[in-house]
Amino acid sequence: MQTTVLLVVLPLLFAPLTALCRNGKLAWALTLVLMLALSTLAIHLMRDVLFGAVIHYELGGWAPPWGIEYKIDSLNALVCVIVTSIGLLSVLFAKSSVEKEISEQVTALFYACLQLCVLGMLGIALTGDIFNLFVFLEISSLSSYALIAMGRNRKALTAALEYLILGTIGATFFLLGVGMLYAASGSLNMQDIARRFADFGSMHLVSTSLAFIVIGIALKAAIFPLHSWLPKAYSQAPSVISIFLAATATKVSIYVIIRCLYQVYPVDYWSSAVLPDLLTGLGCIAIVYGSARALTQTDIRNLLAYSSVAQIGYMILGIGLMNVHGLMASFLHLFNHAIMKAALFMAAGVFFYRANTTKLSELAGLGKEMPWTTAALIIAGLSLIGMPGTVGFVSKWYLLQSAFETGVWYAVIAVLAGSVLAILYVWKMVEALYFRPAFKVAIHHVPSGSSGISRTPAGMLVSIWLLVFSCIYFGIDTRLTTTSARTAVATLSSDIHIVSGSTP
Amino acid sequence: MDYAIGHLNYWLIICVMMVGLYTLMSRGNLIKKVAGLNIFQTSVILFYVSLGKLQGGTAPIVSPEFVLYANPLPQVLMLTAIVVGVATTALGFALIVRIKEAYGSMDESEINRMDGTGT
Repeated sequence: MQTTVLLVVLPLLFAPLTALCRNGKLAWALTLVLMLALSTLAIHLMRDVLFGAVIHYELGGWAPPWGIEYKIDSLNALVCVIVTSIGLLSVLFAKSSVEKEISEQVTALFYACLQLCVLGMLGIALTGDIFNLFVFLEISSLSSYALIAMGRNRKALTAALEYLILGTIGATFFLLGVGMLYAASGSLNMQDIARRFADFGSMHLVSTSLAFIVIGIALKAAIFPLHSWLPKAYSQAPSVISIFLAATATKVSIYVIIRCLYQVYPVDYWSSAVLPDLLTGLGCIAIVYGSARALTQTDIRNLLAYSSVAQIGYMILGIGLMNVHGLMASFLHLFNHAIMKAALFMAAGVFFYRANTTKLSELAGLGKEMPWTTAALIIAGLSLIGMPGTVGFVSKWYLLQSAFETGVWYAVIAVLAGSVLAILYVWKMVEALYFRPAFKVAIHHVPSGSSGISRTPAGMLVSIWLLVFSCIYFGIDTRLTTTSARTAVATLSSDIHIVSGSTP
Repeated sequence: MDYAIGHLNYWLIICVMMVGLYTLMSRGNLIKKVAGLNIFQTSVILFYVSLGKLQGGTAPIVSPEFVLYANPLPQVLMLTAIVVGVATTALGFALIVRIKEAYGSMDESEINRMDGTGT
C-alpha cells in the first residue's frame, strides 16, 4: 500500500519543481495536477477505511515504536479528503484571483508554498508519531505565515507576524508537552504510549504534558480565548489563502486535539478532571462571542472570520459533551464547516475580484449585478445558520441531540443563541447586497479598461457552485458523512475500551 | 533541598524560558520580540537535551566497552527542532524587513497607531 505515503511524497516532489517555474500559468497547472492526484488518492484511501479497516504503513520498513508509522482510520481519511478536496477547489478558484492579487514574479513561489501547506496538513493527519506531527505542524504553519504575508494590504504583514509569534508559542508548548510525555513514557508512537499508559500514568509529569499539548494546539486551533490572531490573518490574506486556511487549518488542529485526547491519553484519565467542562464552557462562550463579534463587523471577510471562531466553538462543544453523538457532531462539523466556509470565503473572493472591496457599505446593491455569486453566498449562509436541507443542519442536529442526552442545558441555549445571531449576521450581508440602494460608484480603484469587473471567471463560478451543491447534497443525503463519522467514533471508542480494560 | 539541587538544570531551563517569554511580551521593538521568541524555543531544546544526559554516559556505540550511554534520541529530535527554529526566526526577520519597508517603523505601538488611523 504505497498510496498512503504518496500523499506526503507527491507534494514534496512537486513543490521545488513549482518553485523553479518562471511562468505563473505553468505553476498553476502543476498545482492543479498535484491537487487532482492528491484528492483521488485521498478518496481512494477513504473508500478503503470507510467501514472500519485501519491501514498501518511503516515508513522505510522500520517497525513501530522505533520507526515512524502512518496509521489511517476513518477519522484521518476524512481529514485528508477535506484538505485535498478543498485544496483542489481553491486551486481551481485561484487562477484569476492570484493573477490579480499576487505579482507575477512570486506567483510560482506562492503556489509552491501552498503545496507545502497542503503537505504539512496531510502529514499531520496521517502520522501516528507525535514528534513527526510537530514537524508537519510547523511545515504547514510556516508556509501559511508566508502565504498570509502575501496579502495586498500592508496590514497583512503585521497579521502574519502576529500569527507567527502566537503560532510559534503554541508549537513550542506542544513540543514541550511532547518532551514531558516522552520523558515519562520513553516513546513517541501514539499507539505505543496509549497501550502502556497505565505504567506511567500516575506521574505528575503526564498531567503537565497534557496541559501543554492541549494549550499549544488550542492556540493553533484558535479556540476561544486564544483566537486573537485568526480574524486578522484571515481577513488580510490573499483571497485564495483565506478560502483554503479557513476551511482546513483550524480543522486539522481540532483533529489533533481529538486524536491526542482519545488515542494518546486514555479517556478516563482526562475526563475525570476539569477538561470536559472546560471544553464545553469555552465552546459555548466561543459560539456566543464569535457570533456577536461577527454581527458588529463591517467587512465581509472579517465577519466570516469571526463566524469561524464561533464555528470552532461548536466543534469544541461536541468534544466536551463526551458522548457518541457529540463526537459525531464534531466530525460532521469538521467536514460541513469546511464546505460552507470555503463557499462563503469564495463568494467574498469573487466580490474582491470584481469590485476590489469587501466592505459591506461599498458592496451595497451589488446583488443585482452579481446574482450568481450572491445566491451562492446566501445558500452557504443558510447552511451556516443551520437551515434543514443544508449541511449546517446535520451537525447542529447531532450536537443538540447530544446536549439533550447529557442534559447540559446551557449548551442548548448557546447553540440556539448562536443560530439566532447567525441569522442576524447573514441577514446583514443579504440586506446590504440586495435591499440597500446601490452605492453610487459600486466599483472601486479599478484601472481603466480592465475587463475583470464585467464577468466572473469560469473557474471561480465552477468551484463556488460545486461547494454550494455539496452543501445541499450532503445536507440531504447524509449517508457518506454520517457513516464515516460513526466509523471514526467507533474506532476511537474501541481504543478507549481496550485502554480502560487494561487499567487496573 | 536535594530536590532543588538535583533538578538544577530544569530550574535554569525554566529561567531561560521566562527570559524569552518576558522579552517577547515586554518589548515593543519587533526584532527584540523575535529574539525573545528564539530564546523561548531554545529553552525547549535545552530541556530535551538534558533529558537524554546521563552522568558519565558516552555516545551509544555498539561495543562491550560502552555499557553506560546517553539516550541519543532527544538530541536527534532537537536537530529537527533547531531547523524549525531557524526557519521560524528567518521568516520572522524577513517579515520585519518588509514591515520596516511598508511602515517605516519597527515599533509595535507605532505600527498599531498607523493601522488604527487608516492606511
